[in-house]
Amino acid sequence: MKKTSIVLLVLIAAAIVVLISYTGDLTTYETIASAKEKPGKFVNLIAKINNDYPMEYDAVKNPNYLSFVAVDSLGNSIKVVYHNNKPTDMEKSERLVLKGKVQDDHFECKDILMKCPSKYKDAPNNQTVSKTL
Amino acid sequence: MNYIGEHLLPGQIGHFFSLLFLVSAGVATVAFFMASKNSALVAESVSWQKIARKAFLVETFSVLALFVTLYYIISHHYFEYKYAFNHSDKSLQIEYLLSCFWEGQEGSFMLWSFWHCVLGWFFIRKKSIWENGVLGVINLAQFCLATMLIGLYFFNAKVGSSPFILLRHDTVAPIFSNPNYLQMLGDGKGLNTLLQNYWMVIHPPILFLGFASTIIPFALAIAGLLNNRHEWTGTALSWTGFSAAVLGLGVMMGAAWAYESLSFGGYWAWDPVENASLVPWLTLVAGLHTNMIYKNSGYSLRPTYFFYIISFCLILYSTFLTRSGILGDTSVHAFTDLEMNTQLLLFLFVFLIPSMVLYAYRYREIPSIAKEEDSYSREFWLFIGSLVLFLAGIVIIAKTSVPVFNKVFGTKIAPPEDTEYAYNQIQIFVAIVIGILSAITQYLKYKTTPRAYLGKHIWLPTAIAIVISLSISFLGDINFTKKGMGFLWAIHIAIFAAVYSVVANFSYIWLVLKGKVKAAGASVAHVGFGLMLVGILISSSKKTVLSWNTTGITPLSANSKGSAAGDPAENITLFKGLKTDMGKFWVTYQGDSINPLDRKRYFDIHFIAKKGEESFSLFPDVIKQNKGGEGFAANPAAKHYWNKDIFVYITSFQENNQTDTSTFQPRTIKVGDTLFYSSGWMRLDSVSVNPASRQFLYANDETAVFLNLTLEGKNGSRYPAHPGMALKGNQWRPIVDTVVAQSVAITFNRVLDEKKGLLEIGVKQSASITSLLTLKVYEFPMINLLWLGTILMVIGFFLSVWQRIRFGKTGRSATS
Repeated sequence: MKKTSIVLLVLIAAAIVVLISYTGDLTTYETIASAKEKPGKFVNLIAKINNDYPMEYDAVKNPNYLSFVAVDSLGNSIKVVYHNNKPTDMEKSERLVLKGKVQDDHFECKDILMKCPSKYKDAPNNQTVSKTL
Repeated sequence: MNYIGEHLLPGQIGHFFSLLFLVSAGVATVAFFMASKNSALVAESVSWQKIARKAFLVETFSVLALFVTLYYIISHHYFEYKYAFNHSDKSLQIEYLLSCFWEGQEGSFMLWSFWHCVLGWFFIRKKSIWENGVLGVINLAQFCLATMLIGLYFFNAKVGSSPFILLRHDTVAPIFSNPNYLQMLGDGKGLNTLLQNYWMVIHPPILFLGFASTIIPFALAIAGLLNNRHEWTGTALSWTGFSAAVLGLGVMMGAAWAYESLSFGGYWAWDPVENASLVPWLTLVAGLHTNMIYKNSGYSLRPTYFFYIISFCLILYSTFLTRSGILGDTSVHAFTDLEMNTQLLLFLFVFLIPSMVLYAYRYREIPSIAKEEDSYSREFWLFIGSLVLFLAGIVIIAKTSVPVFNKVFGTKIAPPEDTEYAYNQIQIFVAIVIGILSAITQYLKYKTTPRAYLGKHIWLPTAIAIVISLSISFLGDINFTKKGMGFLWAIHIAIFAAVYSVVANFSYIWLVLKGKVKAAGASVAHVGFGLMLVGILISSSKKTVLSWNTTGITPLSANSKGSAAGDPAENITLFKGLKTDMGKFWVTYQGDSINPLDRKRYFDIHFIAKKGEESFSLFPDVIKQNKGGEGFAANPAAKHYWNKDIFVYITSFQENNQTDTSTFQPRTIKVGDTLFYSSGWMRLDSVSVNPASRQFLYANDETAVFLNLTLEGKNGSRYPAHPGMALKGNQWRPIVDTVVAQSVAITFNRVLDEKKGLLEIGVKQSASITSLLTLKVYEFPMINLLWLGTILMVIGFFLSVWQRIRFGKTGRSATS
């Protein structure tokens, strides 16, 4: 067999191994109910802020503590704790991707991805235009 | 209805030229292909070519006209047009008017087709025999781009999205029943605050030139396959070199923007948008190297075809990824979904499928050498390097495509817990392999290398590289243990590989090329690439947070490993005027002011180093969000040193403009007592009468009584407080003391029980006592190596392109 072919095979095998091992690192999107069943497992929640409860953030007391209640599309709620600053415009966000895990009674959040109607978007301008006018 | 104040003419002109663009691109495509087909009948071919060039001229003019028209609309603030309304406003500075173009998809498509035209004319000027084939392919791409801009309905299917559409045609709102709606509309929604950055003026044009230029090697390969002739590889080398330089520069400018705006928390975050433009660069560079192999040894023509074809197709795929909205949940920076997904996919398949079919059809006919490469030959190791680059690209794009996979198969796979590490742990090995290969391969000759030659030249750079990398490893304090010892070892090996690449290529210029820098394009590019790797490795593994804050960490939570609450967090709170302890520095928030010109609020943050004399101010700013956002977008400020950058970034701020509604709560206390308040406790240590230290607070004829309190905040910091009262006859007045850092104001109200020593104090806690802000401060060491490396790499690419244009026009020097 040619040297080149051997190297080729080895490298391709390596790439396949890498991709397969990567699938082990992958996480899943969960609902609040299904995340609660897997405490300690790193998951992604798609939810929004439940405005019935106050959002707790006081930079005077602790600039690295944010807590709020998130609700998903199925109507389940969970308290979320995020040890970082409150992302700007978070209240306006209509959709949050919360990355973290359920710990005891709350969701320990490592990262928040916001899906704002504002960012780069001009799709929902129908509402925005009529709202601003 | 007659609307007042509308300017309809520019829109009509725009629509007209959109159509003209589409038609002329279609005509040019057909004509160029006819011209390339009839190569046997010279006269017919020439007349087809004449038609094609004329059509291409009309097309170029249309694209320019589209540009000018849209610029006219934006710069005149004609908000009756949806594009101007959505992407600009009246207060925008002139330099950002161009950025409005690429905020929307339509404008960036226009930019892309503009570069196609420019490149096309350059190619025609070269009078190449490949003109017809290449221009045919370019015009097919132009035709596809033109369909993205027309915004017409065919059988109820919307084709493209026109930037010249009127707001009232696109949107249903009650306002449009008023003929004077423009007056009520007032102003546009403005340019996204993230894009109001000078990098965003220059980065998109460069990146799109990079995107557009990948079509030339692709088109040459297609023309070569169609005609079954392979001399195009000589022409391709300089075009590919140019393309790799510009695309690489564009990607790194994006990294510089991300770094300066810190919107990704650094220069690279493996965001899908970044990956999508990096991967075509990797495959293009792989193609460039196999092309070199073919030119010099006759090997690797088949992979060259493949890499060039796949590079352009990956550009189209990245266009689909970033513009279709499919990245929604994984990327912060993708374009908006304009509901053109089908069209974007078609754009990809129109090129991918026929070119792959053609490649497979011709595969057997593409010349290749049966004899194997020598292990000591340059072509063998160049090929291995190209393969590694290609596979690295495949791995990256496969990971990036998870959302596509989810969409196709209906799965719900999410990115891993630590996305960046998932990439880093693999790519660090790619860096090791590529670093070492790029160091050694230059010292190998084509065909085979005499062992003595190799030994004579390689030992010195190897020894130097070992010394330098060991001293970095031992003295550089690189101790990135977060991901385990295995990864730390990989970092140290990668540092060696990167240093090796720099040293070996640098010495190659002196030892072998005898200092002829002009001829050393490849070596210069490799030195640059090596420096980039060194910069990436050091700055990423040594990035530190200076604003560590341990507030709220109890000994209990600090012990619970892995919980976020146990780690110190990155935000620190500063109160206006209060000097605060932050690691190596004392920092003070001194004030803020609004610059009316760029509408930004600048904060004056003063740093005093604890060691040494150094002190400086940084001015991070925030800009009010537009587009329905109510908050602020923050821009960091940086202090640049030769060996590091210090970044300051406002994460939130609170102005002292609220009316203070909280009141003093009466509390009873006696000496030695401890009281709790919301963020700590306070103890009354003693009471003093007429203390000399407080004399500035009372007059000579007053008797003053002060309470000496000690407050201890949750984070363990202690603050003294001295509320008091001054008596003069029957009159008394309170002397309030405020502990700004704790937002506590304390009064001494009265004596409750003289015998028992019971006193009443008033405690008021309010956030509105003072202006405050929270910020993050990062230190990136050795970041300048990354930028220096980028510049060197681009210079190296251009050097070799220039060298090739001047001296070598032939296809292959050695034939097998």
